[in-house]
Amino acid sequence: MTNSFQNKAPLLEVDRLSVDYGLKGNSLRAIDGVSFVLRAGEAVALVGESGSGKTTTAMAIAGLLSPNARVSEGVVRYRGERLPIDDDAAMRPHRWSETSVVFQGAMNALNPVHRIVKQIAEPCMLKLGMSRAEATARAKELLELVGIPADRGAAYPHELSGGMRQRVMIAMALACRPSIIIGDEPTTALDVITQAQILKLLGELRSQLNLALILITHDLSVVAECCDRVMIMYSGRIVEDGTVAEIFADPKHPYTKLLIDSIPNPANGKKMIRPIPGDPPNLVNRPSGCAFHPRCPSAMAVCTTEVPSLDKFGQGRVACHLHQSLQNKVTVHA
Amino acid sequence: MASTQIGSGTSQHIGRIITRAIVTLVMVATLNFILFRIIPGDPASLLLGGARSSVTAEQMVAQQQNWGLDRPLFPDQVVDYLWATLHGDLGFSFKFRGRQVTDLILERLPATIALVGVAQLIAIAVGVMLGLYAGWRRGRAVDHIATGASLALYSTPSFWLGMILIVIFSTTLGWLPGYGAYSPGATIGSLGWLPDYLRHLALPVTAVALGLIGQYVVVARAAMSEVVTEDYMVTARAKGLTNGQMLMRHAFRNAMLPVVTLITLNLGYVVAGAITVEAVFAWPGIGGLTVEALNARDYPVLQGIFLLLGASIVVANLLADVAYGLLDPRVR
Ligand SMILES: Nc1ncnc2c1ncn2[C@@H]1O[C@H](COP(=O)(O)OP(=O)(O)O)[C@@H](O)[C@H]1O
Ligand code: SF4
Ligand SMILES: [Mg+2]
Repeated sequence: MTNSFQNKAPLLEVDRLSVDYGLKGNSLRAIDGVSFVLRAGEAVALVGESGSGKTTTAMAIAGLLSPNARVSEGVVRYRGERLPIDDDAAMRPHRWSETSVVFQGAMNALNPVHRIVKQIAEPCMLKLGMSRAEATARAKELLELVGIPADRGAAYPHELSGGMRQRVMIAMALACRPSIIIGDEPTTALDVITQAQILKLLGELRSQLNLALILITHDLSVVAECCDRVMIMYSGRIVEDGTVAEIFADPKHPYTKLLIDSIPNPANGKKMIRPIPGDPPNLVNRPSGCAFHPRCPSAMAVCTTEVPSLDKFGQGRVACHLHQSLQNKVTVHA
Repeated sequence: MASTQIGSGTSQHIGRIITRAIVTLVMVATLNFILFRIIPGDPASLLLGGARSSVTAEQMVAQQQNWGLDRPLFPDQVVDYLWATLHGDLGFSFKFRGRQVTDLILERLPATIALVGVAQLIAIAVGVMLGLYAGWRRGRAVDHIATGASLALYSTPSFWLGMILIVIFSTTLGWLPGYGAYSPGATIGSLGWLPDYLRHLALPVTAVALGLIGQYVVVARAAMSEVVTEDYMVTARAKGLTNGQMLMRHAFRNAMLPVVTLITLNLGYVVAGAITVEAVFAWPGIGGLTVEALNARDYPVLQGIFLLLGASIVVANLLADVAYGLLDPRVR
């Protein structure tokens, strides 16, 4: 299957982006040279263990890095223009009108003292310059769009279930007609049925409104249905990038393979999530060479000394000496 | 539909709060009665001048019958007491012979309300603003200065602040009076009475307000510095709000929740007066009356003051609950 988005002009370009967090004199590189392209209407999953830099990547794109974060390298471009992601005030006009974020379901992302309709209407008033009445009308339309009856708008967040709150969050994210929505573990903390409903909703809205979607998750099993492409992150770096079909049918990177193996699959009798052996990466003392080498079943001598670059491989990209050497061999023999 | 549900929820909530307050009030009054009866000494003998006086047994019995003290404590005497209290009758003072406790208290109440009320208003205006701002800018210079100064003020006894103020502004500089509420010869309503009263009020108000400012800054700062770490503040930032919009539209009301509770609870102490500061400044308020009644073992007056204090704290709690319910939809 070819990627139907390959020919479209890029909407978002992330180019060798590195972000460091300052911590009491120390500094920690949370993401290291992350590069990818997102095209209009495309849905990309960003998958990796907790601490692999998914949220940092998302926050950097949305210009929402915390004050102790520093963009040490790289640029983010939106429709070809460089975003001032390290300048809080300069980013303000871009926020929510180009990229909006659906935060983790477990978070108290809604203000507990305001009615939900008011919270959805707020960006319409402040960013689109609507009157209160216009903004309220739009907020009610958005509620209906995400499957909540408009008269529930008078409710406060605590009166809604987790799934409903996440729908409100999605309605809010649509308020200023963005072209990119980032879902940062939007279904974490929801039950399986609600999880499926929310993902289905995101998928429907995406095709209905031609939204590009970056879906962040640590759970590879949820991406198959609603994403076109998957990027696997490990220790702040993208280690593999490919179409959903490719990644599942023929994973290249040893880490991706282990991730796929760890998905519970009742069909072949595997019920439990099998954790990947070894310690999760330590960002303060990131392993030399390929950060995955202490846990990699196929590690070689070169893996401990040289960082594998994320090179094109087939339809996608992969960062692993195994495949680079394979490719090199192929070229040598050719 | 949803809004009517919420409306009736609110009135139910307020109804519950009021019922609870009434029950508490009755309990406070009963406890107040029992408390003064547990104190050693028979009320009749106290009335007749204590154990030292030469009173005959017949006179004692006559007194007891006269005041209904021969009847059973419960229910007769308690019910009588509650019934009289309900009608504003708190009995007679021992010290100020023949004077109604209610009158004595009402006489002293305005001075206390002026002192503590004005001090509260100033402290709320200054302390809450400063505390919220320090919390918003936590970790910056303004936060360190405000928090340090507030903790120092909070931990300093008000009467000591009062004495320092007297030494500086009254004794040394001679700018403001440091004793009483009026200059000798000033009569209420006369020309120049109000400016004179305000000049006398200045130092004690400052002493009370400084301590309260410390309290408000500490609480408001803590509330605000917690709010700024909340997830919904990240959402507000993500929506492209300016810092001012984030502060006013999202942080302020949430940070005010604990502050409003503190304000309303403090209102309960407005009538109690500031005993130590009133003593230092010879301020003719309830605090001063409490000290006088204590010295004279004037139990009816003390009982009246305790009841007033208890009642105002119950009412303040009620207000705090109502205010919290109005501000925070989660408790409705
Ligand atoms: N504000 C911050 N200050 C310091 N370290 C941070 C901060 N935010 C995240 N980190 C660290 O950066 C790394 C990447 O975190 P994150 O981007 O949240 O990963 P993920 O979303 O994949 O779990 C983690 O080690 C985390 O502890
Ligand atoms: S580069 Fe080496 S250590 Fe890293 S994943 Fe590939 S084989 Fe394993
Ligand atoms: Mg995360």
